[in-house]
Amino acid sequence: MPEPLLDVRDLRVRFRTRQGLVTAVDGLSFSVAPGEVLGVVGESGSGKSVSMLAVLRLLTNPNVTVSGEVRFRGRDLLTLPDKEMRAVRGREIAMVFQDPMTALTPVYTVGWQIAEQIRAHERISRKEAETRAVRLLSDVGIPDAASRVHAYPHEFSGGMRQRAVIAMALSCDPALLIADEPTTALDVTVQAQILDLMRELNTQGSAMVLITHDMGVVSQIADRVLVLYGGRAAEEGPRRAVFHGPRHPYTWGLLDSVPRVGGPRLRRLPTIAGVPVSPGALPEGCAFAPRCRLRHDRCAERPVLTPGDVASHLDACWLPPDDRAGLRLTARAAGGEQSGEHGEKQSEKQGRDTEVAS
Amino acid sequence: MLVFALKRFGSALLVMFAISVLVFLIFFATPGVDPAARIAGRNADAATLAQVRHSFGLDRPLPVRYLLMMRHLLIDRDLESFVNRGSKVIPQIVQATPVTLSLVMGAALIWMTAGILMGTAAATLRGKAADPLIMLVGVVGVSLPAYWLGEVVNLLTQKQFHDSLFSWVPPPGYVGLGQNPGQWALHMLFPWLTLALLYAGIYARLLRGEVVTALGEDYVRTARAKGLSERRILLRHALRCSLIPIVSLFGLDFGALVGGAALLTEVVFGLPGIGKLTYDALQNLDLPVIMGTVLYAAFFVVLANALVDILYARLDPRARHA
Amino acid sequence: MTHTVTTAPSTGARRSPGPWRTAASDLLRNRSALAAAAVLLLVVLATVCAPLYANHLAHTDPFQSDVSGTTVVDGKRVPVLTPSSTGLGLGVTPIGPTWDPAHYFLGADNQGRDVMARLLYGGRTSLFIGVTAALLTCALGTAVGVVAGYTGGVVDSVISRILDVIWAFPVYLLAICLSVVLLTNGLKLGPVTVEAGSLWLPITIIAAIYVPYIARPLRGQVLVLRNKEYIQAAIGSGAPTLRILRREVLPNVVPTAIVFVPLMTALAMLTESALSFLSVGVQPPDASWGTIIQDGLGLLYTRPAVTIAPGLLIALTTAALNVLGDGVRDALDPSARLRGGM
Repeated sequence: MPEPLLDVRDLRVRFRTRQGLVTAVDGLSFSVAPGEVLGVVGESGSGKSVSMLAVLRLLTNPNVTVSGEVRFRGRDLLTLPDKEMRAVRGREIAMVFQDPMTALTPVYTVGWQIAEQIRAHERISRKEAETRAVRLLSDVGIPDAASRVHAYPHEFSGGMRQRAVIAMALSCDPALLIADEPTTALDVTVQAQILDLMRELNTQGSAMVLITHDMGVVSQIADRVLVLYGGRAAEEGPRRAVFHGPRHPYTWGLLDSVPRVGGPRLRRLPTIAGVPVSPGALPEGCAFAPRCRLRHDRCAERPVLTPGDVASHLDACWLPPDDRAGLRLTARAAGGEQSGEHGEKQSEKQGRDTEVAS
Repeated sequence: MLVFALKRFGSALLVMFAISVLVFLIFFATPGVDPAARIAGRNADAATLAQVRHSFGLDRPLPVRYLLMMRHLLIDRDLESFVNRGSKVIPQIVQATPVTLSLVMGAALIWMTAGILMGTAAATLRGKAADPLIMLVGVVGVSLPAYWLGEVVNLLTQKQFHDSLFSWVPPPGYVGLGQNPGQWALHMLFPWLTLALLYAGIYARLLRGEVVTALGEDYVRTARAKGLSERRILLRHALRCSLIPIVSLFGLDFGALVGGAALLTEVVFGLPGIGKLTYDALQNLDLPVIMGTVLYAAFFVVLANALVDILYARLDPRARHA
Repeated sequence: MTHTVTTAPSTGARRSPGPWRTAASDLLRNRSALAAAAVLLLVVLATVCAPLYANHLAHTDPFQSDVSGTTVVDGKRVPVLTPSSTGLGLGVTPIGPTWDPAHYFLGADNQGRDVMARLLYGGRTSLFIGVTAALLTCALGTAVGVVAGYTGGVVDSVISRILDVIWAFPVYLLAICLSVVLLTNGLKLGPVTVEAGSLWLPITIIAAIYVPYIARPLRGQVLVLRNKEYIQAAIGSGAPTLRILRREVLPNVVPTAIVFVPLMTALAMLTESALSFLSVGVQPPDASWGTIIQDGLGLLYTRPAVTIAPGLLIALTTAALNVLGDGVRDALDPSARLRGGM
C-alpha cells in the first residue's frame, strides 16, 4: 500500500449535552491512499459526518472536544495553527455537504462564491478567478456557464446547485475531496448524474471520501469501504471483499436490507432488528451487541479491528474468524424464526452471496 | 416593473388614506367626544357651543368634513389651526421638519453604528464574558424610559455638572444647521445620544440573534470549508445575511421617528420638531394641526417603507423576483 | 416552531421529556433569567407591601397632600415643605431624602407626600397596567393572528391590511391620540364601558395598539402551519375546524405567545409611563411611576430624587422583564421576535 494521503488514528469526538457527555466518534482509525475512493457507510448517528467534520476541524461548537491524530501529508491537522489549517481547507482538502439548498450563501452569485474560494488561496485577479469559475461550472456540466456564473443560488435547481458546490470544491484542485451524502437530497435521476460526475473526478486522480448511508452508492464508486457503527469502525476492506464476503453482522444486516434486482420477491424487506445505538449510551463492549443475533459472552468486551481472510479486510467482531459466511446463514435463520412468517422465503436467499444491485 | 411601481404607489396612497381616515375618526367620531366643547371651553352654554360648531364646520356630516379638511390641507394648502386662528398648518410643519430630521438622522447614524458593532461583537464573543456584558448594555438601553433618560441628562448637564464637566453644553433648544453648524451639532449631541441609546439596544439585541443564527447556517460551514478567514466569514457571509431583516426594521423605525415618534425626546430637550408640534396640538385638541402632522407622519412612514423595499431588493437577491 | 430538542435515537430505555418540561429545565438553569425573576419577585413583593409601609412604618397617606406637615430628622422636628428660597419665593421646596425609612425616606413631592410610599403604590399601578395590558394584547393578538392565518382569503387580507396600517404608524403617537380623545369622557364601545380616569383606559389603549406586534408574527406562523402535511391531513379527514385549531394549531402557537408576554409587559410598562409622563395616562388620584416622574419634573433641579427613583424602578423592572423574556424565548421558541423590545 502506498503512503496514505490521509491517516486518521484513534479519532474521538465528544459532545457535551444536557444528558451528559456523548461520544459520537469513539477511537476511529482509517486511512485514504492517493487517488482512492473510500466509502464510509453507516446509519444516521453512526458518526460518519461528525468524523469527517472533525478531520477538517469544522466542529466549532465549544461543547465539542476532538482528540486523536489526523495526519494529512505528514502533518497533524488537529494541532495545526489556524492559519495553516485554513490553507489546507478548500485547497488541499475540499468538502461537499449534503444539502445543496442551504450550502451556498444566498446573497452572492454562484460565480462570486467560487471566485472567492480561488482568491482565498491564490493570488490572481478577480477577472481570472471569474474565468476559472466559468470553466469549472462548465466542467461539472452546467450548460451556458458563462451566463449562469452570474446567477444566484436560488435561481439554480437542486442538482445544479450541487454541481456548483462540487465545482467550488474542485476549484483549487484538492488532493482529497470529502463528500458528505452528496446525493441524498437530490432526485434519483440527478443522483445518478452527480455520481457520474464524481466518478469522473476520481479518474482524474483526486482521492475521495464518500459518506453515505446508501450501500448502492458505495458499490458503484468506492475502492474501499469503511462501515461505522456507534462511532466505531465495524468493518473495513476492499469493496469487492466487503460486498461479497461481509464479515461483521452489522454489515450483513446492511446488505440484506438492500432490495435486489432479480432476487426473489420478498414480502417484506429484512431489517436490522432494534434501534441504532444512542451515542449517549454506548455499551462497554461491542456497540452492535444489543442488536446482534449471534451475541455471546465475549461481546461484553470491546472488539478491535483485526484482519480476517485477507490482511486488507478487517472487522471488529468476536465471532470465530473463519466461516463467517456460515455464521451469516445461521444469523439469517435465527432472524427468520424470530419473524416467523418469511423464514422460508429468506432461506431461499441463503445459497448466494449478496450482490447489491448496481 | 412599471406595474410593480404602480401597485407599490397605489398601496402607499391607500395606507396614507387609511391612516388619515383612522385619525379623523378617532378625533371626530369617537362616541362622547365633542371637539366643539373643547374649543368653546369648559363652561360654554348651548348657544356658544352651537356657534362654535357652526363656525368650525363641525355641524356638517362626517364625510363632508373629512373632504373639506383634506381639501384645505392638500389642495388649497390653507388649513388653519383651531386654536390660534389665522396660523396656518403647513408652514408650521415645514418649519418643524428640519428639526426632527436633524434629530433622527444623527441618532440613526449613531445607533446603527453602535448597534451593529455591539451586536456583531456579542455574537462573535459568544460564550465569553464580553457577550453578556454587551447584551446587558443592550438590555439597559431598551429598558430606560427615553424621556426620563433625557431628564436625567438635562439634570447632569444643566445642573449637577454644569459648572465643571459639562460647561460646554448649551441650554436645551435648537439652532439651525444653516445658521451655525457647530452650535447645531452641540445642541443636538445629547438628544442624539439619548435617542440612539434606546435604539442601539434594540438593534444590538436583534442583530446578535441574527448573527448567531447565521453562524449556525450551512453556508457558514461551507465558507469555513473553503478556507476563508473567520473575519471574512463573519463580515461577508454571516453579517451580510443578518443585515437583511435589520434593514427592514430600520426603515419602519426611521419612518416612525421622522413621523413624530421622537416626540418624547423632542419634548424633553425642547426641540421644536414635528413630535413637539403634534404634542402641543394634542394638548389643545387642535384638530387641523393634528391631521396635518399625522398625514405628514404617514407620508414618511410610507416613504420609508418604499425605500426599504428597494433596499431590501438590493440586499436580498431572492426578493427581486417576488 | 423550532424545538431544537435533540432526540438522539434512544434505546427505548429513556423517554425524552416533553417540550414543556425541557423548556422549564432550560429556564431553571439559565442564571440570568433566574436573577431577573428574583428581581421581579422583589419588586412585586415590595409593591404588595405598600400599605404596610405607608400605614405602619411611615404613617403617611401617599394620596393626601400635606402642605403644612412636619417630620422628624435627626431628632429635630422640621417642616415637610419650606418656601422656596430661589426665584420669587412663591414655590415650595419639599424635604429631600432623609434615608430614614420611617420619615420621608426619599423625601416628599411638592404636595408634601411621601415619595417612597407613592413609589410603592405607583409600582402597583404600573405593574398592574403592564401585566394586564400585555396579557390582553397577547390574547387578542393570538386570536387575531390565528383567525387571519387560518381562515385566509378575504378575511385575512382585510385583517392584514388593518394590521399593516397600525404597524406602520408610530405606536406612541397612536396611543397619545387615543388617550387624548378618551381622557375626558372615557370609552363606550358596545357592551364595553371604560370610565374616564379609570386604570382600564390606558390598559385598553395599550393593549389595542400593540395587537399587530403579536398578531403579525403569529399570523405568519399559522400560515406556515396551515400548509403543513399534518394539518392538511386533519382538514382532509374532515376534522372540525375548532378541533384542528385547538389540537394542532394552538399548541404550536401558544409557546410563541408565551414568549411575548414578559417582553410585552416591559413594552406596556414603558408605554404607560410615557403616557403618564405626558399626563394622558394614569390620572390622579391614582399614581404610577410615570406620573411620579411627571410630578418630579418641576423639582428636577432641586429634588432630583423624585424623578430619578421612579425612573430607576421602571428601568430595573423592564430590564428584568426583558432578561426573563429572553430566557423564556431561548427555552421555548428561540425564533420568536418581538418588534421594538425584540
